[in-house]
Amino acid sequence: MRILVCVKRVPAPGSRISITADGLAVDTAFLGFTTSPHEECAVEAAVQLVEAHGGSATVLTLGPAEAEEQLRYAASVGVSNAVLLATDGADWDPQRTAAAITAAITAIEDRDGVFDLILFGNESADSGGFQVGVRVARHLDRPIVNGIKGISIADGIATLERPTDAGQEVYELTMPAVAGVKEGINLPRYPTLKGRLASKKVQIAIIEPSAKPGGQVLVRLEPPAELTTSTTMLGNGPDAAAAVVDLLEELGVLR
Amino acid sequence: MSGAVLVVLEHDRGTIAPAALEALTAGRALAAQLGTTLEALTVGSNGDSLVADAESFGADVIHQAHHALLTDYNPEAWGEVVAQMITATQPAVVLATGTDRGNEVLAQAAARCDSAFVANCLTFEPGQPGGTFGVTRVRWGGSLIERATVAGTGTGTGTGTATGTGTGTGTGTGTGTKLLTIAHHAVDASPAANPGAGTATVFEARLDPSVARTMIVARVERPAGVTLATAPVVVGGGRGVGSADGFAPLQSLADLLGGVVGCSRAVTNLGWRNHTDQVGQTGTRIAPDIYIACGISGAIQHWVGAMASKKILAINTDPQANMVTKSDYAVIGDLHQVIPAITAEIERRRAT
Ligand SMILES: Cc1cc2nc3c(=O)[nH]c(=O)nc-3n(C[C@H](O)[C@H](O)[C@H](O)COP(=O)(O)OP(=O)(O)OC[C@H]3O[C@@H](n4cnc5c(N)ncnc54)[C@H](O)[C@@H]3O)c2cc1C
Repeated sequence: MRILVCVKRVPAPGSRISITADGLAVDTAFLGFTTSPHEECAVEAAVQLVEAHGGSATVLTLGPAEAEEQLRYAASVGVSNAVLLATDGADWDPQRTAAAITAAITAIEDRDGVFDLILFGNESADSGGFQVGVRVARHLDRPIVNGIKGISIADGIATLERPTDAGQEVYELTMPAVAGVKEGINLPRYPTLKGRLASKKVQIAIIEPSAKPGGQVLVRLEPPAELTTSTTMLGNGPDAAAAVVDLLEELGVLR
Repeated sequence: MSGAVLVVLEHDRGTIAPAALEALTAGRALAAQLGTTLEALTVGSNGDSLVADAESFGADVIHQAHHALLTDYNPEAWGEVVAQMITATQPAVVLATGTDRGNEVLAQAAARCDSAFVANCLTFEPGQPGGTFGVTRVRWGGSLIERATVAGTGTGTGTGTATGTGTGTGTGTGTGTKLLTIAHHAVDASPAANPGAGTATVFEARLDPSVARTMIVARVERPAGVTLATAPVVVGGGRGVGSADGFAPLQSLADLLGGVVGCSRAVTNLGWRNHTDQVGQTGTRIAPDIYIACGISGAIQHWVGAMASKKILAINTDPQANMVTKSDYAVIGDLHQVIPAITAEIERRRAT
């Protein structure tokens, strides 16, 4: 069983998010970075599948040299191979990203064999394009379904669960297949000390990506219109209970 | 005249998705801006029942894609149908719902046309200087707005072929079909002042049997009842709740109000609650009459999931917490004391 997980390094803003002076990026001067949450869960899913069925998991990212941090993190929780498509740090549009990742996957598969399963996050936390996985799957002519919160594998079939408002949809994809995973599919483990040490030894294969820009072009980032609310203070501590219940009555939620 | 604005109507075996009515509303405004007509596409013969909705929202033509394989939702088959419609009718814009399905189908269609696709747009600015098509769209789940330009199908300036990849020059050009989705809740659904002509026309899709590979094979229905997304009251707990057991008083309050419990990602990561309770960018977007946010700091990723609440009441020990300063109402104090006091007060008033 060979599994590939494609992840994105994103900043981790807290109570506010600020934009650089040229308006083209999030100001990350005071921010840490993380793996986009859906992909963090995709990594965990891959590790669990390898634990259950044997084989190996590979993590791949297209991003700046610093994205090594996210690759090592994946290695520290059980991924055995890592691939970096190193860019100069500027965000690549979805078509370009997908083309570069497809080329890299094709090159790796030509050498080492086909990935039975390729996992993407449903959408990246920052740019939210909802398409890189679908484009890669199309280029490779493999089936893909997005929004996946359950994966089980048997007899060459990946059974995928997709929650909806009404319940759950089930898909059965013949492998090799691709899935777009959502947070909630599992609770990602934390790295152990042993895992962290082992991750330092994992070789990172560096590929220089090349692909033409696509047709979606970022012009400028802007903060959303802030609704200026003035907060009404209902009081301090348990003494505020009467004022809170007055409010609930007024809003008609107390029936 | 340029091609139509073609709205892909999301439906589940004939039941229209609420977001599809928003897409029709947005598509109608865009068609007026472009001086063209509004058309709609339904995929599968069980979608034929959507004609009346499309007509009342202003669609002049409803293309009904039929094929034996189109009996249920199937992202690859739906995407292939949209791609074939683009070739057959050359619309100016294809607009779909900014939902799991809508974004997935347009990504499939865009991959097939090898053209750009812009997800979760908020506004459209066609006819920018230089003939570019501008949009604003959601980033960071709504914490940031992106202004972008988008190229249409077949505008590869690099190769000039009909299916070329987008421009290599840095702007979206004015020709070719633009593939876009409209973010859910970006517009309020409203029927047209004058209904459209509502002419239904069958489109015989040509599908390779291999597209059957991504068809839904089974469903598990959820028992009816209030969900986090639809609850009239949500009582949310964050790291300040302190433990899994600490949620019991929040649950009692939610039960008293006919609501449900929600939580922050910190809580999910700590294993105190299931991810299905998580409010936020990577959880559920809620829209209750009141959201009572207890011990939650109000990080941007939590806020975007909560901001559609009609009213927000924050309960927090920190008067400077983002959740407090952004909410409509606040109580400053320890949630472990405040929540039981609220529950006791409700019970006291109900008893009298
Ligand atoms: C890409 C990305 C996506 C994310 N998606 C989500 C998401 O979908 N949903 C989400 O929630 N977060 C999300 N996050 C995480 C988010 O950034 C915050 O880390 C998280 O929301 C913090 O949770 P919290 O408010 O419970 O915890 P904290 O930030 O630790 O806040 C705890 C609060 O409790 C208060 N408090 C403590 N004790 C008490 C007490 N006894 N009584 C009253 N108040 C008390 C404190 O004053 C503080 O305000 C995401 C992060 C990233 C990077």
